[in-house]
Amino acid sequence: MSVTAPQVPMDLSGDPRRQRRERRVRSLFFVAAALSIIISAAIVLSLAGEAWGFVTAVDPASYFENGWLPRRGRYSILTIVWHTLMVSGIAMVVATPLGLGAAIYLSEYARRNVRRFLKPTLEILAGVPSVVLGFFALNFITPNVIQPLYAADRSNLLAAGIGVGILIVPLVASVSEDAMRAVPRALREASYGLGAKKWHTSLRVVFPAAISGIVAALILALSRAIGETMVVALAAGTSGILTWLPDSSGLTMTGAMADLAIGSDQVTSATAVQVNPFQSLFFVGLMLFVITLVLNVLSERVVRRYRQKY
Amino acid sequence: MTQEPVTEEHRTVNADPTPSATDAAADKLRDVVADRETEGPTGNSTIFGLRGLTVYYADFRAVKEVTADIRENEITALIGPSGCGKSTVLRCFNRMNDLIETARVDGSLTYHGVDLYGKNVDPVEVRRRIGMVFQKPNPFPKSIYENVVYGPKIGGMKGNLDDIVEESLRKAVLWDEVKDKLDESGLALSGGQQQRLCIARAIATSPDVLLMDEPCSSLDPIATLRIEELMLELKQDYTIVIVTHNMQQAARVSDRTAFFTVDVSDDGQRTGKLVEFDVTNRLFTSPSKTETEDYITGRFG
Amino acid sequence: MAETTSTAPTTTDLVRGTLEGRRVNPVNTLVSGLLLIALLSSLLVLAVLLADVFGKGWGLLTERGADFLTTPLSPNAVDAGIFQGVMGSIALTAIVIVVAFPLGVAAAVYLEEYAPTNRLTQFITTNIRNLAGVPSIVYGLLGFSVFVNLFSGATGGRTVITGGLTLALLVLPIMIITTSEALRAVPTALREASMGVGATRWETIRHHVLPVALPAILTGSVLTVARAFGETAPLLLSGAVLSLYFAVPPEAGFVSLMTEQSYTALPMIIYNWARQPQEEFVALTSAAIIVLLAMLLIVNAAAIVARDHFERKST
Repeated sequence: MSVTAPQVPMDLSGDPRRQRRERRVRSLFFVAAALSIIISAAIVLSLAGEAWGFVTAVDPASYFENGWLPRRGRYSILTIVWHTLMVSGIAMVVATPLGLGAAIYLSEYARRNVRRFLKPTLEILAGVPSVVLGFFALNFITPNVIQPLYAADRSNLLAAGIGVGILIVPLVASVSEDAMRAVPRALREASYGLGAKKWHTSLRVVFPAAISGIVAALILALSRAIGETMVVALAAGTSGILTWLPDSSGLTMTGAMADLAIGSDQVTSATAVQVNPFQSLFFVGLMLFVITLVLNVLSERVVRRYRQKY
Repeated sequence: MTQEPVTEEHRTVNADPTPSATDAAADKLRDVVADRETEGPTGNSTIFGLRGLTVYYADFRAVKEVTADIRENEITALIGPSGCGKSTVLRCFNRMNDLIETARVDGSLTYHGVDLYGKNVDPVEVRRRIGMVFQKPNPFPKSIYENVVYGPKIGGMKGNLDDIVEESLRKAVLWDEVKDKLDESGLALSGGQQQRLCIARAIATSPDVLLMDEPCSSLDPIATLRIEELMLELKQDYTIVIVTHNMQQAARVSDRTAFFTVDVSDDGQRTGKLVEFDVTNRLFTSPSKTETEDYITGRFG
Repeated sequence: MAETTSTAPTTTDLVRGTLEGRRVNPVNTLVSGLLLIALLSSLLVLAVLLADVFGKGWGLLTERGADFLTTPLSPNAVDAGIFQGVMGSIALTAIVIVVAFPLGVAAAVYLEEYAPTNRLTQFITTNIRNLAGVPSIVYGLLGFSVFVNLFSGATGGRTVITGGLTLALLVLPIMIITTSEALRAVPTALREASMGVGATRWETIRHHVLPVALPAILTGSVLTVARAFGETAPLLLSGAVLSLYFAVPPEAGFVSLMTEQSYTALPMIIYNWARQPQEEFVALTSAAIIVLLAMLLIVNAAAIVARDHFERKST
């Protein structure tokens, strides 16, 4: 009752009920965190088994032939990888200048109230579902932007690349803006102190200082571009024939997966005679998983290096 | 401040003829302790026994081999330059160092004779009995009432919570200022009031020790004075251990003072150590170690 | 310089001349102009996209009105509606919230508040970051292998539960990362204050840390859920039907929506309609996109309202 009254002799062992509850809560939370490991393991396991089935059943030499045509038993990895490279390459060509330009402007030039308006708008763009951008690429970019300038098919890899590029602009912008804002003020002040102009300071001082963060942003964006599915599935069409130019339809890795997935007759009949089309889905999935994982780890490494600098 | 008659002993101490004794800073400190006893209170039993207490953060040895006895119902001040490990030692007393994962303690630290780092000791129970006031006032972002009542409530304390709130706030000399606005946020108070609220919050769990980690460092001089007066009042009921940067403060309020400093080894490792632990008056007027003297005369730190 | 001061221009004039002159640097203007163009062109794309979609779909939406939302799928563009899609999307989102929110918060609380710094913790953290970067269609494969096949007894196979669980796994890493950030923003002083009066870890978390972090956690979570709401690729593999007419009929009710093996979702309908070659499906797709964007807007607005509510409550 009284607020004072020190308790001697000492029993500091505490309330066992509270301690038990503490331990229970802790282990519950640990299980939640450890679940992520189980998810990763489940991804790898669910991919690896079927992918192995594919590897053993298909002659590796055919990987480099022309055409990804699962129904005819033709699995040209070259075709879908080349198409993926084209789409993500175009996407990077679109997103790098737009994203970096936006990042430099927001970080170095924009006044506070301008920033307060422009940044959320960029975030809205980031929130647009990819299926919507796919529709936009197919029904607006192809007929209104590409076809007047370039003889391309209704479905073409160029539109898909531009669509994916638009999708990853906000990612490039926000991650590299963070990197540039992390550059110490002192560096900018030193540059201004030497009488440097604003453009010189932002492009020749701040930008190089933030370069590893910016590189990390671009790697991350590339990884996202490679894994993007819906824009490609809608805008690039379903042709499995190899095309060296982005003017025609072509399946990318993700496009091929989506195509196999919606041809649901093959996906469900895992045990049926036609086993390969289904297994190839997992093989491509595994490739995609490994490629994006490598890119993500790489970008993480680059970021860690730049964090150490300041 | 306690007004003790000036004793004979410290007059002789004041007449110490060494050159440093004439230093202005040291003189000032002497003026402050002039009215304090040289012998310190007697008859108070040991509450914390430190024997070779050494604290590591991972591989870094923050403070080494501290041996001292801290007594009940006294104010003990821990002083010294930055990085000397005084806060580290303070945070051992209520096992707050446990929150820093890499912290590790060697040697022994007893509380009423019980090993604080013993196997069956629950740090939660330790912290209920040994309250802490932090450098920056850190009230919960809740009402004044909830701030004070939180400790007793989770500790399962019996009794009328309203009474506990009032008594704690009275002891922290805050009651008259806040009794009409107990529902208002603790963050709406001034810095000095917030710190007294934090003291009230610490008192509310009926601890028998209050640890204060530079409780006035973020306060203005008037608020500091009020907290110092409050400490002297609380001394009747609690043992107080205070870490302070401010030697004047240590001289004004503490009964005993421990002076820590930093040892720099050949390979640049900085380790805190206890240099001298004595009755405050004696430590400031006739330190037995030159390191202490250098520090209080302002030649170091 | 000193000799010339007595004649025409004074020192002050000369200094002023060098300081005030050439305010407009052509390179500066060019660079900032180009950068602004880069930024504005992304925003222009957004504006064109919205204008395009509204231009193509608004007429149909106003003509059909609420009817469009409550009519089931149909192969005839004239009377096709999106009822099953809206229902399916709401059900999917509900499952995502029920599964991913508590799991995500719990995992983040463990990692930020409990986890010792050791290899296991480091492994878990890295693993979560990498999971967040796995392409969504790969989660579809996971959903297919695990929820459609392995645990079909529990999920009922290609049901909305399977789709919901797949999407929940997809957003779980993002949920953990945003919650972790929210928890990291809570000052250590608050934890020390609570533990200092003898609260346990969990009491500290529940009474002080979570209430303070809640607004940020909620905002982050809603944005994450919104992402799941617009996802299509994983559903392609985890059993959502892609059909012009076939899905759980609207009169079947919520229970059969959960158990029937023929659910669909709004983004799935958009995908399917967008693939149709007939011209009349363009308007239909655009109208469905407007509904999707409107629902996303509502979800995001809800986040802002919730955040404001909790912010007011916690102070």
